[in-house]
Amino acid sequence: MTTVAGTPHVGHAHSDDRSFLRKYIFSTDHKIIGIQFLFVSLFFLFVGGLLAMQIRWQLGFPNQPMPGGKLLPETMAPDGVILPEYYIQLVTMHGTFMVFFAVMPLLVGVYANFLIPLKLGAHDMAFPRINMASFWTALLAGLVMLSSLFVPEGAARAGWTMYAPLSARPDLSGAGLGQQMWCIAIVLLGLSSILGSLNYITTVINMRAPGMTWFRMPLSIWALFITAILGLLALPVLSGAAIMLLFDQTIGTHFFDPAAGGQALLWQHLFWFFGHPEVYILILPAMGMVSDMIANGSRKPIFGYHSMVFAIIGIGFLGWIVWGHHMFVSGMNPTLGSSFMVTTMIIAVPSAIKTFNWMGTMWRGNLRFHVPMMHAVAFVAMFVIGGLSGIFMAATPVDMHIHDTYFIVAHIHYVLFGGSLFGLFGAITFWFPKMFGRMMHQGWGKVHFWLTLLFYNLTFFPMHILGMAGHMRRIYDPTMYDFLKPYQPMNQFISVSAFLLFAVQAIFALNFLVSLFRGAKAPQNPWQDNGLEWTLPNPAPHGNWERVPNVYRGPYEYSHPNATEDYLPQSQKLPGDPEPAAASRASQGREA
Amino acid sequence: MTTANTDAMRPPFPAERGVDAYNTKLGMWVFLASEVMFFTALIGSYIILRFGAPGEWARPGVVLNVPVTAFNTFLLICSSVSMVKAYASIADGDQRMLKIWFLVTIICGAAFVGVQGFEYYHLIHRGFLPSGVREGSELAELVAKGTLSEASLGLYGSTFYTMTGFHGFHVTCGVISMIYLYFTKVLPGKYTQQNHGGVEVVGLYWHFVDLVWIILFTIVYLI
Repeated sequence: MTTVAGTPHVGHAHSDDRSFLRKYIFSTDHKIIGIQFLFVSLFFLFVGGLLAMQIRWQLGFPNQPMPGGKLLPETMAPDGVILPEYYIQLVTMHGTFMVFFAVMPLLVGVYANFLIPLKLGAHDMAFPRINMASFWTALLAGLVMLSSLFVPEGAARAGWTMYAPLSARPDLSGAGLGQQMWCIAIVLLGLSSILGSLNYITTVINMRAPGMTWFRMPLSIWALFITAILGLLALPVLSGAAIMLLFDQTIGTHFFDPAAGGQALLWQHLFWFFGHPEVYILILPAMGMVSDMIANGSRKPIFGYHSMVFAIIGIGFLGWIVWGHHMFVSGMNPTLGSSFMVTTMIIAVPSAIKTFNWMGTMWRGNLRFHVPMMHAVAFVAMFVIGGLSGIFMAATPVDMHIHDTYFIVAHIHYVLFGGSLFGLFGAITFWFPKMFGRMMHQGWGKVHFWLTLLFYNLTFFPMHILGMAGHMRRIYDPTMYDFLKPYQPMNQFISVSAFLLFAVQAIFALNFLVSLFRGAKAPQNPWQDNGLEWTLPNPAPHGNWERVPNVYRGPYEYSHPNATEDYLPQSQKLPGDPEPAAASRASQGREA
Repeated sequence: MTTANTDAMRPPFPAERGVDAYNTKLGMWVFLASEVMFFTALIGSYIILRFGAPGEWARPGVVLNVPVTAFNTFLLICSSVSMVKAYASIADGDQRMLKIWFLVTIICGAAFVGVQGFEYYHLIHRGFLPSGVREGSELAELVAKGTLSEASLGLYGSTFYTMTGFHGFHVTCGVISMIYLYFTKVLPGKYTQQNHGGVEVVGLYWHFVDLVWIILFTIVYLI
């Protein structure tokens, strides 16, 4: 009978009489909040992509009328030709949207919310109402940021890093209200992230199902947990900096204005003290979810589970002491630069541990190349390229040369697009059945994957070469410089590839939308995975479990010799498995 | 057997608990960690700007009214003591003393905000603004006489108002949430000897705000 107690009830677990508004709009259910984040951040991903296409048009075909550019107002693109002051807004807002409103909420907002309670066997987050507040604050922040594009003077213009004094002095940048709205949106987003993070951390620490010990947690949860700690401690620093920047513009303070005694470099320190942990916020969750998908696709236990956990913790810790490597050209003391260089290079160690563990997991595995697995393998490959170019930049002398060039742009897109976004495409396909009860189309998924991989590399790989040739980041018109003129055909090639890359995302969008309504009904455990979430019906009901499941083992017991199938769910009791202590403690407590 | 199953459906659910603290308390500790980082950003910026400031930083007491703020600091420390007394009362199951000490805390906290508002009013009246010194004001005369170095007064105003302002904002939030708890939980007697997590959690926040003020008072008003 104890075996039955560990097996969750399948079927509609709770009678659900909440109104439509409570159930789908102002919901406190972590799964609905995750899905809300999914739709909102996919929208912002599209917005960010649209901005990128305009950037690429200007770089590939400078001063030529952009197709559809006539739709834009005179202040942005008269006769379809992008103005310099609109171009710098494009660059700024592309970075801002992609980092803060697309990739970060996609990774953390969607998957921390959706996966943490499901994978740990909790009924919901520790603070469901704070969770709801976190989503609505993030949405408000996104809308403020979006509307800043349409105010008379236009959006913020100092690049997504908002270097002072350009950002602090409206008379220098020409953006008053737009810049202030950027600050307000970032403060709101920081608040949203802090509210989310404290929820995730509390839930992971205190609400794991009996038997779900620390080292039985899936790596996705480990990664999201460390990410939440990074977000909790890094975002308030950005909020503080953004508030000071806002005050500089509105109430006349002088924090970042050197003319009045302030320090422009202070902004860089504050921004990158936040900014480098942020980099790991943007990659760690993808690493965690990729670990889950690779173990699933290899039908083998993950190679080196403990070393994976300690690598995540190591990356999370080292992320705090490397921010100076963004500032090698700021005139810092060379000794300080060297120490930042060393700490940065040390990060390659845990990253390499993870990479080799992924390969070790696949080695001699019974590989199943379903769509999530393909994306996960591409993640590893692309992350290696991005990681290696990262080591180039970590070396101070090399960075002096390639700082603020397209080499940096290539690097960040290899880790953020090739890394995080490939991981996300995989994750979306992987957990789609548990979110919506239907499968995404595998065939179209593979078409999308191969075309994306191809055009993605055609777009971003040549940027390395451009960067080494000295092509500056954020320049308006590369043909103005004689030394860049020979590279203009390459710029055009990149632009055409980028347009194609953007176009093939329509396959994903259509696959996503059509599958939402017409996709094949998903079986309960379509990927034959071990995670607790797959023991629930599709889609999982409000409150998740009728009875909290007992957990008997780690999450990666594929091809276990004692199991009848080639997978062994964490909550399935085999003869001889001891009952988790927490379960018996709890029942004793009740009887007493 | 059936009883055991229905029991498992009711909170508190059986769980692996990483720390021996209930969720709200753990959540507050986690939240305070992020607050530490927020104030560190402000205070750290203040330290860097002060060390790099052009000209001499204004000496304590020239611009600010230190005795008034010292009294205010005393008020806030008293409110921390009364918060501890409120918690100790309800831990003993004493509803009457909880009501008294909780109210004392609210009054001290509100008085702190009031005195700070009074202080701001006077400072602005004397010509001390976030952007520096107002022309033709009392402080502008001190600058003209050479008692005050003008070069760093802009930074002084920027950091002073931002740091103390955000601290005041936190105190205000604390007072508002305590007033809310007072009318919804304390007065109706909803806290008991067994169940008084709300007092403990709001107390944690209150002591944190108090601690931040002791640091701010030291570095802004005393040195």
